[in-house]
Amino acid sequence: MSPLAEHIVLRDLDIENIADFDVYLQHGGYEAFRTAVTERTPADIVQMVKDSGLRGRGGAGFPTGVKWGFLPKGVYPRYLLCNCDESEPGTFNNHQIIDRNPHQLIEGIAISAYAIEANLAYIYIRGEFAAAARRLERAIAQAYARGFLGRNIFGKGYDLDIYVHRGAGAYICGEETALMESLEGKIGQPRLRPPFPAVSGLYGKPTIINNVETLTNVPMIVRHGAAWYRRFGTEKSPGTKVFSVSGHVKRPGNYEAPLGIPLRELIFSPDYCQGMRSNRNVKIIVPGGASAGWLTADDLDVTLDYEALAAKGSMLGSGGVIVLDESVSAVEVAYKMDEFFKHESCGKCTPCREGTYFLVKVLHRIMHGHGRREDIPLLHDVYNQMAGNCFCLLGESAVVPIRSALRLFPHEFEQAIAQAGNGHRKAHAVSVR
Amino acid sequence: MSLIEKYGAEIESILARYPQKRSAVLPLLFIAQDEYGYLTDAAMREVADLLDMPPTDVFEVAGFYSLLYTQPVGRWVLQVCDDVPCAFCGAEDLIATLQEKLGIPVDQTTPDGMFTLQRVKCLADCDHAPVLQANLEYYHDLTTPEKVEAVLAELRQRAESGEKLSISGRYADR
Ligand SMILES: Cc1cc2nc3c(=O)[nH]c(=O)nc-3n(C[C@H](O)[C@H](O)[C@H](O)COP(=O)(O)O)c2cc1C
Ligand code: SF4
Ligand code: FES
Repeated sequence: MSPLAEHIVLRDLDIENIADFDVYLQHGGYEAFRTAVTERTPADIVQMVKDSGLRGRGGAGFPTGVKWGFLPKGVYPRYLLCNCDESEPGTFNNHQIIDRNPHQLIEGIAISAYAIEANLAYIYIRGEFAAAARRLERAIAQAYARGFLGRNIFGKGYDLDIYVHRGAGAYICGEETALMESLEGKIGQPRLRPPFPAVSGLYGKPTIINNVETLTNVPMIVRHGAAWYRRFGTEKSPGTKVFSVSGHVKRPGNYEAPLGIPLRELIFSPDYCQGMRSNRNVKIIVPGGASAGWLTADDLDVTLDYEALAAKGSMLGSGGVIVLDESVSAVEVAYKMDEFFKHESCGKCTPCREGTYFLVKVLHRIMHGHGRREDIPLLHDVYNQMAGNCFCLLGESAVVPIRSALRLFPHEFEQAIAQAGNGHRKAHAVSVR
Repeated sequence: MSLIEKYGAEIESILARYPQKRSAVLPLLFIAQDEYGYLTDAAMREVADLLDMPPTDVFEVAGFYSLLYTQPVGRWVLQVCDDVPCAFCGAEDLIATLQEKLGIPVDQTTPDGMFTLQRVKCLADCDHAPVLQANLEYYHDLTTPEKVEAVLAELRQRAESGEKLSISGRYADR
């Protein structure tokens, strides 16, 4: 059982069947939205979210209320986008929030839309979440039927429509400006910034975009207040985070824990993942999705919050914690991760398009016993040319796995290359197309 | 019958969601590929017409997104995640089993037109590795050949029972 006495996001652990609309309503569902619309101004809600210290859960960790405050005064229409593209390897919390507590997400979207004075919101959901998209549509229809969405909500003249928009397979569409391009019916390539979305976003209008988990926090903040929310987590990283833990732990899954929980506790505590499968040793931990810098067993005492992970040269990112044991080869893990970025590169800029191609090509030959002595300097050279030169963060993220692997496990590269051509190459856990 | 004749109401309700028509290109392409089996040239032109878009823009969109199929596919598109962490939790065994049971390599369709096999990136279901989607429905924890056999049997049975299948996942329930 989770040691949290009370959950903020995965409230199905406190309230059985909260995914059922009637159960959600019996437990105070939509009361926060009612209070917001009938008793508070939009500015009150923005201030409340600012005071709570809630930070974006989609990766960057930007303070949500501060972002909402960037909207230019008096410019309408405004749009709210809920980012449910969730394609960062190792991340699966948005998906389960929709399964386990969908109405709280929709109420969160409704309150946030009211706060930013938007009358139209889209949930951009990755195309693969086909069943989840239908589940959301049913939940939205239930909210319309009760008058929580639509025209003149709670008799206060506020109108709001929410629509679900399915993507069609492209990690880059989780990047906020690529998402807007995609929603406008174009290919998902990022836009030049500035202008930032708050000024000119979807259809050129002021737009706020937030992650599913971020928005699911909002009803609880409005209901219980900013001070209550700050009782969870740390001073600079308030609240809880839903960590998606995968790989070689005994019990992979989503765990909602206060920000600042030690990594060791998440992996080894009986309350969470219960240690390593087959009791092997930890080798590589990627704490925030494939874009986060790698950690090793030496780092198990780091706390999982924005500041502590940044200080370690990594990041909290999406909260996808991938734990791999000593059975894996660092060369293969780097290969697989950079193969992901190569596959998902949108092709707009050269450093990312060509850089990921070369990284994967060189890693592939090292893995297959054809590595050359000059390959290690070559890999350093390629990622150094990419770093700081890519148009968006996808290309910058592709630098992370290879740089981490070379920094932490240089001998594995040297060994693979030294044994090249000797017929000594090890069997691979992963095969290659 | 054209898409608008057959799905007029659905298409109208989709168009009503957006201030600009071309925003509906993905949902309409999903309908089109279900109707025609894949995105034929004519299907893409039909969608372009409905949205007042230049056909080349629709071709470009269809080429960009991995769930839009511009080549024929089977009635079930099987997409196996080969990303990290699945890659280190049995994904390659799952792919090998599927290749053997279906008698085709990745990126091919069985001769009876039932299954297409593809590799895909993280499906956000990593705690249940190894994972596949069949027409965007999840089948996971596929750790043994017996489990894989059972899934294939279930999918064949669903196809043969006359169930309406959607390669776009429009009726996905799991
Ligand atoms: C390549 C790339 C992929 C991204 N994918 C996602 C995603 O799937 N979901 C998400 O919420 N944010 C994603 N982001 C971050 C978004 O651009 C954006 O920062 C976020 O949606 C803002 O919401 P938040 O402030 O609530 O975190 C991605 C960023 C990049 C660069
Ligand atoms: S960095 Fe990669 S994903 Fe981003 S714009 Fe350049 S090519 Fe596209
Ligand atoms: S890596 Fe396979 S579902 Fe995430």
